[in-house]
Amino acid sequence: MPISVPTLNPNDPLPEGVDAAGPVSAPARSLWSDGFRRLRKNRAAVVSGIFILFICLMAAFADVVAPYSFETQNIDEMLQGPSAKHWFGTDSLGRDLLSRVIYGARMSMSVGVLTAIVSLLIGGIYGAISGWVGGRVDAAMMRAIDILQAVPELLLLILVMVVFNSVDVFESPELKALTGIFLALSIVGWVGLARIVRGQVMQVKQSLYVEAAQALGAKGRVVLFRHIFPNILGPIIVVLTFQIPSNVLFESFLSFIGLGLQPPFSSWGVLCNDGWKAKTDPHLIIFPGLALYLTMLAFNLLGDGLRDAFDPKMKNR
Amino acid sequence: MSLSHQQYALIGRVLAWGLAALLAVAIGLDLADYEIPGALRLALVGWGFAAVSFAIIRQNMLAYVTKRLVEAALVVWVIATLTFLLLRFIPGGPFDTEKALPPEVKANIEAKYGLNDPLTKQYADFIVGAVQGDLGESYKYIGRSVSDIIGESLPVSAQLGFYSMLLAFAIGIPLGVFAASKHNTWLDTGAMFAAISGVALPSFVIGPLLVTVFSFGVPFAFLHGTLPPALWESSVYYVLPVLTLGMRPAAIIARLTRSSVLEVIQSDFVRTAKAKGVAHLTLLYKHVLKNSLIPVLTISGPLVAGILSGSFVIEIIFAIPGMGKHLVQSVTNRDYPLILGVTLVYAVLLVIANLIVDILYTVVDPRIKLT
Repeated sequence: MPISVPTLNPNDPLPEGVDAAGPVSAPARSLWSDGFRRLRKNRAAVVSGIFILFICLMAAFADVVAPYSFETQNIDEMLQGPSAKHWFGTDSLGRDLLSRVIYGARMSMSVGVLTAIVSLLIGGIYGAISGWVGGRVDAAMMRAIDILQAVPELLLLILVMVVFNSVDVFESPELKALTGIFLALSIVGWVGLARIVRGQVMQVKQSLYVEAAQALGAKGRVVLFRHIFPNILGPIIVVLTFQIPSNVLFESFLSFIGLGLQPPFSSWGVLCNDGWKAKTDPHLIIFPGLALYLTMLAFNLLGDGLRDAFDPKMKNR
Repeated sequence: MSLSHQQYALIGRVLAWGLAALLAVAIGLDLADYEIPGALRLALVGWGFAAVSFAIIRQNMLAYVTKRLVEAALVVWVIATLTFLLLRFIPGGPFDTEKALPPEVKANIEAKYGLNDPLTKQYADFIVGAVQGDLGESYKYIGRSVSDIIGESLPVSAQLGFYSMLLAFAIGIPLGVFAASKHNTWLDTGAMFAAISGVALPSFVIGPLLVTVFSFGVPFAFLHGTLPPALWESSVYYVLPVLTLGMRPAAIIARLTRSSVLEVIQSDFVRTAKAKGVAHLTLLYKHVLKNSLIPVLTISGPLVAGILSGSFVIEIIFAIPGMGKHLVQSVTNRDYPLILGVTLVYAVLLVIANLIVDILYTVVDPRIKLT
């Protein structure tokens, strides 16, 4: 008599009390939700994230939030200290400093974020090709980067700015300065990102799941985007978080030495330059400096938190 | 000639301590506002060269260093060429003024500086000159050679950079060790918050603030005039610029030292030393710190680069007659020979600093073999 074997059909409902994952199970969590749980426990990182969001919103809605215009001068109210009317005081032309700091956030943050994204695109593609193709192509591409990195960053920045300043493309001086900064920072910034992306791609390329996907016949494009890209996203986000403040700083630096934006336009670098020239009116440097400092601090703390949460191997580095 | 291991170690120690002693004397003289005698300068350079050569030979790195030097020369050449080309392709020339010069005058000036020669000849002249140490004549400082200008301003920048680096190590390393030894207490948190603030505070904010407080006496009137706000004439003038420039690297070194020490503290040899009853401070500074310095050394290369570029802004803020000022000004002035000269000097300094750091690795950690 043949023994009847119950056939299991994957579409059948499971018998009651049987769990597909076995007797001991926890709700499945992806790497990402795990990372977010770790991030939420880091109080400094959370506060920093909220602060950055606040600055970004302030920058985006500067014309709504700012109590005054950033360029209207008022000769009757020059160089006043902080007061109820002007929270941060006024500058040497009677312009409201709070409004100038808020509009400055718009310039500084947009330069910081946009250039970081552009650098990431250039660096990411360059690094991914270099790491993925490997061999001689990789060696040649990395040599080119070595040479670029040997040029002092600031020198490169200044040279690009000067080249750009001598080309008349734009009518508006504001747009011209912004585009120049944008270009200079993107040219300088992508190099480091390319190196990191290359390293990550090379590391992940050798992992077993990539080998398995290739053995199953996955095409190069599929492997790159479905398997490699999601796995290197964590470290890249971390690097991006550190790239943004460094770009904000470079923008401020360029504007400070007079190669970037110029007054009456406002960026934190322009304001710091004003404050430095004012010498004996410390509120002119304290408030823009504070804005810059807190933003840098927030990005650094958030970056540390993100790194600990999404890239645990890098912890304590 | 074959020496025993102990003899080699002894020579190494004599060279290292001798260099440190010479440096200390030179620093002492400089801070007391005495001119450093030429003989001492010569001795320092000679001794330093001897120490580095000894390290290279001892670690069998002659082939490696030669290879690196060739590479470095190549990098410097590429930078020089790129800068040269970039400058020639900027629209407009160095002698375009608001009011157009009479064409004859302009032609004469351009002929004097060889700007009418074909590009290839200009390039060849520049490279041949640079190899011989002749960087041409400045366009704006009329009648002065670029080598002269650099020879005058480089020592000032070097002083600024050297003291800032010294300050960075002097603050950063003890702070890092201290934070690590108080791991997970509020002291640790406080020290690390100070360090992260040092990274987050840009020099063009902290510099002017220090000037306001210590030179202008705002808001504390009794501090008025404590420290001079600008120039570079005696050692009092060093304080504010060096503090401003050294803060960031000090913060980076402190963070790195802390994490490195925390890692070493967990190793077996530290536990053994502790079990043997080694005193706490001896343990911390002799056993732990020595072994945690390698990552700190690794970052020194990039830090030197950071100091070099950081000095631009410091020299502007404090009106220091160094090379950074010339870089920014020469670029806006279109003073081609000066731009090229300053760029070359920066590139050479950077490359040499990185090479020396790499050689120092092998001294600190003989397990590292560079080939």
